[in-house]
Amino acid sequence: MATGELTSSAYIKHHLQNLTYGKFPDGHWGFAENAIEAKEMGFMAFHVDTLGFSFVLGVLFLFLFAKAAKRASIDAPSGFQNFVESIIDFIDDNVRGSFKGQNPMVAPLALTTFIWIFLMNTMDLVPVDWLPVLAQKIGGLFGADPHHVYLKVVPTTDPNMTFGMSIGIFLLILFYSVKEKGIGGFVGELTLHPFGKWMLPANLFLEGVNLLAKPVSLALRLFGNMYAGEMIFILCALLPFWIQWSLSLPWAIFHILIVTLQAFIFMTLVIVYMDMAHQKEH
Amino acid sequence: MNINLTLVGETIMFAMFVWFCMKFIWPPLVEAMAARKKSIEDGLQAAERGKEEHAQAKQNSEELLANTKNQAADIIANADKQANVMIDNAKGAASEEADKIKVHAKAELDQEIVKARNELKGQVSTLVMRGVNSVLEKEVDAKTHKDMLSKLSKSL
Repeated sequence: MATGELTSSAYIKHHLQNLTYGKFPDGHWGFAENAIEAKEMGFMAFHVDTLGFSFVLGVLFLFLFAKAAKRASIDAPSGFQNFVESIIDFIDDNVRGSFKGQNPMVAPLALTTFIWIFLMNTMDLVPVDWLPVLAQKIGGLFGADPHHVYLKVVPTTDPNMTFGMSIGIFLLILFYSVKEKGIGGFVGELTLHPFGKWMLPANLFLEGVNLLAKPVSLALRLFGNMYAGEMIFILCALLPFWIQWSLSLPWAIFHILIVTLQAFIFMTLVIVYMDMAHQKEH
Repeated sequence: MNINLTLVGETIMFAMFVWFCMKFIWPPLVEAMAARKKSIEDGLQAAERGKEEHAQAKQNSEELLANTKNQAADIIANADKQANVMIDNAKGAASEEADKIKVHAKAELDQEIVKARNELKGQVSTLVMRGVNSVLEKEVDAKTHKDMLSKLSKSL
């Protein structure tokens, strides 16, 4: 909602700026007060909001599921236990359907990916101004200038988050490719297909692109979808407050689908990539 | 939208979460679900087995009952037969005994008759002798008349 002194573009920019803690060019560490300062920090900086929200949501997921796991009994389950078990069943079905290898890590990996991304995406459904304004008020209490307190609520709209996950997946792909096929087998897979050994450079180029496209597409798909969704909510919030619901409500309802779908796509692709990493014959 | 250390932080966080999930969440839940599935399956199987056993027991008891009925009928038939045989035997023995007694009595009777007759013969001959003596007034020579007397006694 654009108030007096804020222009629309400043409002949008404010919403798209992470709360950044990092190393200033002069060497001291602190919160960036605006986008330019954040950019100057370069690589040596943390997005406190992204890390914080993703951590809280991840811990929430682990806490709830660990509670269910602790109480898991053979007797008839009830309430939340049922809910957790239906999710486990769903993930298990997907893993069994797509993953042909033997690896006790893939199913928990898929579960974590799905629920964590789902929770982070769901943050998109929290009205766009609630948490940032709350953060500004709290920042004000601690003596910070409210206009310099940034907060980006949805971790998956931060490419650091999505690339962080997809790099983790990429490392797992490399690790299991080497472990299952041996270094020779993995290198062979990268160089001897699809054209045979006389076209080795072309093979390496194609397979290399293929390999690198996996983490990049994973990260960019999730980031792009959530970023665009968030942007539309911010644009809806530029309308006068009494008419905002006419756009934000339909979009939120539609967004429920995107939130789930993106989490599901990410999970499915993780399972498929892990399956490809485990496949011995080409 | 700067790429910075957040990337590394998120990767580490992701790895930690996956590790935790793999260690403390996935196995107990899956095990509990598998155990429940098994116990339900076992229960259903046990119920099925119980049903079968029940049917078997019912059939057994019916067979047993039928056997017992047959046996009882046999025993009764046997007993009837045996009783008949016994009665017949008894009848036979009784009639045999009766015959025996009859024959015996008849023989005794005959003996008595013969005896009485002989006695009577003797007495009659004596009487006749006495009568003849008195008629003839003289002693009859027993020797000479013996043949006549014996003829007489025989003709009696």
